[in-house]
Amino acid sequence: MSSRIKTELVEVNMGPQHPSTHGVLRLQVTLDGEIVVDARPDVGYLHRGIEKLAELRTYIQFIPITDRLDYLSSMLQNAAYIGAVEKLGQIEVPERAEFIRVIMMEFQRIASHLVFYGAMGLDLGATTPFLYGMREREDILDLFEMTCGARLTYNYFRPGGVARDLPDGFIEKAKAYIKKQRARLPEYDDLLTGNQIFIVRTRGVGVISAEDAIDYSMSGPSLRGSGVAYDVRRADPYSVYDRLDWNVATQPDGDTLSRYLVRMQEIRESLNIVEQALDMIPPGELACKTPQRLKLPEGEVYHHIESTRGDLGVYLISDGTDKPYRLKWRAPSFINLGALSQMAKGWKVADLVAILGSLDIVLGEVDR
Amino acid sequence: MSEFIGKAIRDAFPDAVRETSEIDGVLNVKLDPGALLGVCELVRSKPELAFDYLADITAIDWRDRIEVVYRMTNLATNARIVLRVDLDHAKPEVGSVTSVWKGAEWQEREVYDLMGVVFREHPDLRRILLPEDWEGYPLRKDYVIPD
Repeated sequence: MSSRIKTELVEVNMGPQHPSTHGVLRLQVTLDGEIVVDARPDVGYLHRGIEKLAELRTYIQFIPITDRLDYLSSMLQNAAYIGAVEKLGQIEVPERAEFIRVIMMEFQRIASHLVFYGAMGLDLGATTPFLYGMREREDILDLFEMTCGARLTYNYFRPGGVARDLPDGFIEKAKAYIKKQRARLPEYDDLLTGNQIFIVRTRGVGVISAEDAIDYSMSGPSLRGSGVAYDVRRADPYSVYDRLDWNVATQPDGDTLSRYLVRMQEIRESLNIVEQALDMIPPGELACKTPQRLKLPEGEVYHHIESTRGDLGVYLISDGTDKPYRLKWRAPSFINLGALSQMAKGWKVADLVAILGSLDIVLGEVDR
Repeated sequence: MSEFIGKAIRDAFPDAVRETSEIDGVLNVKLDPGALLGVCELVRSKPELAFDYLADITAIDWRDRIEVVYRMTNLATNARIVLRVDLDHAKPEVGSVTSVWKGAEWQEREVYDLMGVVFREHPDLRRILLPEDWEGYPLRKDYVIPD
């Protein structure tokens, strides 16, 4: 008599409307009981064809569209695109603008990681971290709002500088925020990082080795969680990052917990960066003069930055007119998601939610 | 560094290199499409090169040809290289590099989906961003945008 129970594989759809897929993502999951045999992401529900849209708009008209890609890190989307335009047009940026940009980019990284912190808790059944993360993120959004009038879609970067100067009181408010956030991070750790249930649900779960992570072209905290210290701010410095003192956060284990810990460390590093930059802002111009109808010389450029989610690249080709001939958006969320299938195999359905959460994707960027 | 990389490719594939240039300090090598996979295997596996990170694959419609552009980085040294191939506009086809970098799987699917480049021996060449029954390739210059 055989002791084996006959089982059958079951196909289950997770999404596209599912609270734990962080947007409109569909996962086609093959299950053996509760074990994930395969999880195939189906993307594109939010595809708007931004690369085609770019070809139909002037260089300036395209800036607000970048805000709508990774909408949790719009400042960084602005930065990647504008960086490419400036490199191709050989447009000089005044130092004051560069420091303001760094402040905005790092505040944005913190704001996005705070959403990650909250969402990661929610995915694993803890509600309070989300309230904490959103509460502190609100302070950053207030700073953004007082600077450029918008809370999510900033349209703040311009070729050659930024749209407006820092308003009165910004620096004091920013410093007060940094102090408050630093004091609250230990509370975050008490609540989630050191929580026994959280650790059991994440440690050793969804491991990807450094070799595999690189092989899948992963980048950002999801790669650094596998011990690879690749950060574009350090590897291929841009703006004024080479004048600031900060560390590349890494964790060696490649599991869900490591990817979480990298982001928590990055919040601290970004606070340090902003604090230094606030003291270093020189007086001077906000932007150099560029023509209203900006034309770029014929040629091509590839500019990449370290976005919240990794290596964000903009490949821009100009034919000498006022519109891009071709624009390619190298979206880290999209490429990181390509490794999910391998990471989820053999884990339980509930772990799949944790593993997906630890990749911290934004569907606006995945689908473009 | 650029000279060294260029020489390593030329030594192994004397007839494959059509032209080289330097853009923004990065070596760009235009290759014969037939030699692409071999060159990719070389730059990935040769220890002095070790381009382990496939940063990006994309394609450009130049109206008379379709150019596919591969961008690689060596994560240990931050050396970078760009490989390019020109394909027939009427029938753009090239070998897949998924056997060299797993990260190529989704990126090649995207190029296929939006630009219509066929990657031979790709394990799962399907549309990825657009619906399966979509007609045409939107990033082609002659694509007519539906109302």
